[in-house]
Parts: sequence; structure tokens; C-alpha cells
Amino acid sequence: MLNTSPALEFKSSTFFAPILILYTHDMVAIEQTLQEKINLAPEFFRDSPLIIDLRELNKLNQDLDFVQITQLLRRIGFFPVGIRGGNEQQNKQARTLSIPIDTVREQGNPITIGEAQKQEAVPEVTTAKESISPIAAPPQSPVAATLITQPIRSGQRIYASGDLIILSQVSAGAEIMAEGNIHVYNTLRGRALAGVHGNTAARIFCFDLQAELISIAGDYKTSEDLNKQTYKNPVQIYLQNHALIIKEIA
Amino acid sequence: MARIIVVTSGKGGVGKTTTSAAIAMGLAKAGHKTAVIDFDVGLRNLDLILGCERRVVYDFINVINGEASLNQALIRDKNCNLLYILPASQTRDKDALTEEGVGRVLDELSKDFEYIVCDSPAGIEKGANLALYFADDAFVVTNPEVSSVRDSDRMLGILSSKSRRAERNEDPIKEYLLLTRYDADRVKSGEMLSLEDVQEILSLELLGIIPESKSVLSASNAGIPVILDEKSEAGQAYADVVARYLGEKRPHRFIDAKHGFLRRLFGGRK
Repeated sequence: MLNTSPALEFKSSTFFAPILILYTHDMVAIEQTLQEKINLAPEFFRDSPLIIDLRELNKLNQDLDFVQITQLLRRIGFFPVGIRGGNEQQNKQARTLSIPIDTVREQGNPITIGEAQKQEAVPEVTTAKESISPIAAPPQSPVAATLITQPIRSGQRIYASGDLIILSQVSAGAEIMAEGNIHVYNTLRGRALAGVHGNTAARIFCFDLQAELISIAGDYKTSEDLNKQTYKNPVQIYLQNHALIIKEIA
Repeated sequence: MARIIVVTSGKGGVGKTTTSAAIAMGLAKAGHKTAVIDFDVGLRNLDLILGCERRVVYDFINVINGEASLNQALIRDKNCNLLYILPASQTRDKDALTEEGVGRVLDELSKDFEYIVCDSPAGIEKGANLALYFADDAFVVTNPEVSSVRDSDRMLGILSSKSRRAERNEDPIKEYLLLTRYDADRVKSGEMLSLEDVQEILSLELLGIIPESKSVLSASNAGIPVILDEKSEAGQAYADVVARYLGEKRPHRFIDAKHGFLRRLFGGRK
């Protein structure tokens, strides 16, 4: 049946939500501290969505009942909307409560019981580990590569959660993005962004570099900055010490 | 079932309406019952190019709204009795077009026409989107200059993603390139993009090159589609386009600059 307006559409957007980082599993202490904070700014916290971050708590190997903390937060007026850094048991509880689990972060900073134990055994390492932790590690799970055989025209956007392989041309004004590597076995005239979730090991490969913009993990170059020597040549692009290296493939 | 052709470009002023009128006339002259629809609601032009502006009573929007029947609104061309024109409304805007309404009119036309030519408005808004939505074939009209090529490229992206065929996962719309207002002399001197330059970006099946020609403007002003001017190069080029579309093999013409003895001597222009 033909319809004037579609019933729905999907859009991508970014929202800000406070994160509650817990350092203790003492429910009484948590409630007391929260109540004090709320009393300072009741309007600000009323009906606020909240993401519960259990990474610190799990590092201390303190066990926390996720159902219990969710009930507590709901009772005093919060809407828990996510869990981050929970252990297996806590993630399972979150799933039963229909609370989304931040899996991306989990891959970056895997918190396993084994690791927590290791940290306890060698406490000096903690600081060093902390400084490394903000850099997301490359996705470990084997996400299937996206293969595209049609030309990507101006104005089109392609997003791949793993590697992106394109056999036809990418026009100027098109945008291709991948969390992993990007391969273009043809002319690349549009924008290509690899490692968009911070994977600094991601690379871009193309047969004919005429791109408007290339980026790996947020470090970018526009066509103006592209080396004349590599322009219109087959190249690979990678990051080395936060510098984009464009190297001709012989 | 009729074959639905959309004549589109993204950019304005490249020759969509001239092309729509010419190929619709060409198809009708070849013996195929053809309807041509003006989708440029609010900027009605097709009736002028086809010289039937004084016979417009009802329009496309009237038919969509059920205020007139299709037979009341269709205007039979005075040069060819197999060609019918469905004019746009001049007093409304593109919001008067609905997917349901356009689909209904095209379904009804499909019953006794062989070809339906949809003359798309410029831009990528509602009018243009609805003109291409139901299409089987697309004639992408492009001028040999960078902004027109870029806009055509954008249009090709929309053709492959926002058409009914794309939504239903059917065979994609067949896309053809029509390079219009081509001036071989200016291409030679590097002022204009060449066919190769355009094809490097668009890589489409070329239906024809329409040379820049004074006869296009005078034909438009006279309200006679340029394809009927058999002496003009543009008219011949459009005749080639129609023949190629209908499956005939014809070599491409008007690509290279041809200088006659006198032109070489005096350096004159067409």
C-alpha cells in the first residue's frame, strides 16, 4: 500500500546522560550519599536517566547485586538506562531488567575476574593500567566485513561496524565509514573514515587516491594536504605516532 | 504495462524539459503511444515547449485530487496523435503531489500507454523524488561542467536508494546518460569537460550527446520540440537517442569538433 508519510524512520543521535560510578557496594552508604547530592539540586536530578558504572567496584572485587541497586535508584527518582563494566552476573541481571549493556566499552576494557585478581595481587600496576585504559583497544569480536559492489554516489553514506570493502568507485561528496579497515578497489574521491570508534590500528587501502578527506581514529587529512606524489596512486594509509602516513603500494 | 521513464538531473537549467519533450515526441513518432507528465508543479513549462499552453484546462494536481478525470486533463499533441501531455499545475506547489496520488495516475496511464515520460523538476525535494520513485528507466541529463556532474552523481545515488524498485528489492532502475549542451570546440580548448571526464565520474551507458545549438532555443520559443527540426544537429542527436533507447545501434556523433572550410577561415561560431 502506498503511503504519503512513512510510519517511522531511524536516525542516529548522541545523548548526554550522567554516569554513576560506584566505589562501594554498601547500599546504605550509596543511598545516603545520593540523597545528599539530590538535596543540593533536586530539580537537576529529578527523573534523570543514569548509567551505572561498575568498573571501579569490580576492580575492588566487591560484589554488588544489580537488581538491588536498580531498585534503590528507581525509588529515589532516577531512571537507570545502562550498565557499564559489569561482571557476567551483573550483566545477566541487567538483561532481565531490560537495561542495555555497554558492550563496546567492555571489549575495550575487559573486566574479568581473573584480571581483577591479578590487579589485586600486583597493586602497583593499577596506575599504569589506568593510564592506558582510555584508549580503546581494537574490536576483538569477528564482525563480518561489509562488501559493496555498487558505486557509492555523492551524498550517500556507508557505515560498517567491521571492515568495509568496496569494489566500485566512491564519488566526491560520498562518505564511507568503518570501525575497522577500509578497502576501495577503485577510485576513492569522497571521504573515507576508518577506525571511527578509535581503532588506531585501522588502515585505508585504495587503488586511486583522490579523496576529499581521509581519517583514521579521528586523525584526518583533507585533499589539500594530500601529497602530490601519492595523489591518483594506489596507496595504504595508517597511523604512526598520531601522524597519518600515506604510502604508495608498489 | 507502460515503461516509465524519468528525465532527471538534480541541477536546474541543464535541459530536462527540452529532453522530455523531445524524447516523448520521438517515441510517439516511432509509433508508441506516449504520455509525458510535467512534475514541476508551480513552475509549469513543459506545455510551453510542446506548444499546448493555450489548451490547458485541467492539470496533474486536479487528477490527483479527483477534480478531473485523466481523459479530461490529457492534452493530445497537435503534431503527433500518439503523444499526450499531462501538464503541471501553475497555482499549486510540490506538496500537492502525493505518492499515493502519483501512483494512482501512473497505474491508470499504464493501462493504455506504452511509455510514460516523467519530466522531473530540479532539486532533490518532493517533486523530484516522486518523479523518479516509480521509474523503470532514468535519463540522467548532464551538462559538461563540474557542478552538473556532481549533482547528477547525487541523483544517481537517490535513484539507486529511494525508488520503488530499490525499496522492493527489484531490479534497479536502468540509468542512461544524456550529455546536453555539449560544445566540442570548448571541450577541445579545455573550457568544458569532455565525455571521458564526465564518464570517469558517472560511468553510465551513454544514450547520446546533444550539441549546444541555437535551434534548441528557437524550437522552445516556437513551442515545437527540437526533435521535429530534422535539419538541426540537436534534433538529429535526439532522434539518435530515441533510436538507441529503442534498441537500434547508432554510432555516437557530435563528440569531436568539426570545422568546415569557412569556419576554419573565419573562426566563426554556430
